[in-house]
Amino acid sequence: MSEMPSMETFVTTEIRETAGDLLRKNKVQVVIGFERGSIPLRSRPCFVRSEKDIDRLVWDGFCENSVARYVAKRDEKMALVAKGCDSRALVELIKENQVARDQVIIIGVPCRGMIDRSRVEALVAPRRILETEEKEDLLVLKGSDFEETVPRSDLLCDSCRTCTHPNPVLADILVGEPVVEEDQDPFDDIEAFDAMRPDERWAYLRNEVNKCIRCYACRNACPLCYCPECFVDTTLPQWIGKSTDTSDTMIFHLVRAYHLAGRCVACGACERACPVGVDIRKLNRKLLKDVRDFFGYEAGLSLDEACPLATFCPDDPEAFIMNP
Amino acid sequence: MFSSARIVRKDRLEGFLERLLEDREVFAPVRKGGLVTLEMIDSVRDVILEYENTKESPKAAVFPQRETLFGYQAEKGKVALDVPRGKEKEQVLFGIRPCDARGLLLLDRVFGGDCGDPYYAEKRAKTLVLSLGCVNPNPTCFCHSMGGGPCSPEGSDLFFLDLGDRYMVEVGSDKCEALLEDEAFEDADEKSLALSEKIRKETEASMTPLALNENLKEHLGRLFDDPAWNALAETCLGCGICTYLCPTCHCFDLCDEAEGGTGERIRVWDSCQFPLFTQQASGFNPRPTVKERFRQRIMHKFSYLPETQAMLGCVGCGRCVIECPVNLDIREVMTSLSEGTVPA
Repeated sequence: MSEMPSMETFVTTEIRETAGDLLRKNKVQVVIGFERGSIPLRSRPCFVRSEKDIDRLVWDGFCENSVARYVAKRDEKMALVAKGCDSRALVELIKENQVARDQVIIIGVPCRGMIDRSRVEALVAPRRILETEEKEDLLVLKGSDFEETVPRSDLLCDSCRTCTHPNPVLADILVGEPVVEEDQDPFDDIEAFDAMRPDERWAYLRNEVNKCIRCYACRNACPLCYCPECFVDTTLPQWIGKSTDTSDTMIFHLVRAYHLAGRCVACGACERACPVGVDIRKLNRKLLKDVRDFFGYEAGLSLDEACPLATFCPDDPEAFIMNP
Repeated sequence: MFSSARIVRKDRLEGFLERLLEDREVFAPVRKGGLVTLEMIDSVRDVILEYENTKESPKAAVFPQRETLFGYQAEKGKVALDVPRGKEKEQVLFGIRPCDARGLLLLDRVFGGDCGDPYYAEKRAKTLVLSLGCVNPNPTCFCHSMGGGPCSPEGSDLFFLDLGDRYMVEVGSDKCEALLEDEAFEDADEKSLALSEKIRKETEASMTPLALNENLKEHLGRLFDDPAWNALAETCLGCGICTYLCPTCHCFDLCDEAEGGTGERIRVWDSCQFPLFTQQASGFNPRPTVKERFRQRIMHKFSYLPETQAMLGCVGCGRCVIECPVNLDIREVMTSLSEGTVPA
């Protein structure tokens, strides 16, 4: 029995055809998607400007980056290969006037969740993976002297495990078949975080930010961190010290999290970019839950809904101000 | 080459490290929160030697991310300075990789020379480098293409190579004379010497060399205005991972942390990938976009440092290859730039 081509192969073909068509007809100047990376377990963003390069484009379980991160303040007409989270980031960027709706053609791809390479590496360590192959719900890991097959669901990124919008919320062209969505994020991790004593929570956060080396990969990987001058780079006044002293790293992470409250689309790009494993999503998810509980709002779902922290309603809850 | 080679049997290594710990600070690879990092150890049992490389390079041991240059106190028109004393204890970097040991040689050139940096010099003088050769280099390693090698003793005071039940130890400097009197060391026998040479050759042969331009420095000099940089840097996020994890990147910023007239002048790591790095007081920035900043990193490593320090600014450790969030692979960048045919 011959095997069916995997969904990834099918989607790759469709993305290439779509990209070729858009470039040929001059509908866009650039297609921003993913290409095969230089090492195993990696795909990476790529910019395709010519029809002859469309075969660079791929789709697989390693397209972990947020390509929405590249659209702000770009002059070109673009097409974007967008997962559910990328489409939500685009919704926010359009609402925040960082990109015009008609400047971007969204090639939406229903997402089965991205594979966490550190999980895969830990699974086979100290052996090395040289090649992977995706099959239906399985990932085949190949090394020089081993081959192992692992359920894909065991290997997903944390942000993909809690994702409730894997299908693009906004797309001009949809490739692939929609996937089943979870109803609601239970926020178990945040319930547990909320249940900690304040001093325990503080100790947890201190321990996490103490790992930070101030490389700003989290900020720079984030599709919604597009300020022309980040508060950490302001010199007059200088809001924050430049060292890795806990007080400075804490201020950086707390202020960034607050700045993303009601805007964060939970793509997890920050945490995946972090080289030292800071639990960045804890703060973002705490605020996701608060925004949902207080305002019944989820970012990046609709072009018409205003961000609750950028608008006022007479019936906005006040309990967290009056009785924190 | 092996005139002063020694042997340490594996069952005697622990004792050797215990004795090192008695009057020195010992930094060694340990597992910490899922990562392998170089830490000051309390117990020899925490040390792991079966590892690829530490997450961060060892440069912080001689060039800390935050360093107090002096404290000051201004009162009634007078300023009192408090300059911290040099390092009191000797420190040992044990089990670091040959690439990282070579990385320290570049820092030595930058912070040494005619206008040497006393803060660096004091720490460096009290640092012993006991490196461990790689017998199974990661596919992302390219030390041998950058002038080093997986089993190169260059930059190490003692160089250990795993021979199975024992380590071959090469002596790379005269800083270790006292250390070599330790009971763990024995003279090397012919068999061990031959085996170590065999391992060295085999390991080097297992690595694929990069196809780089033979006159890289001059070649890059001509590429400064090449349009290739636009495409090369297009996916770069402009974060500082590559520079902060790099064993040779050494740029820093000076600033004051003060309240009123009392404070500290500190030195902190800085990165050429950040816009603030070249932001001028007028508001003008000579490196306004990611492209210029990305080019600076490449040029500094492969053109400017070879010019000013007669050494490449890359030792091929592969950290930036592994850790770049968008897999912007410096090996591909250098190969691609090498291919570029530009008019002389």
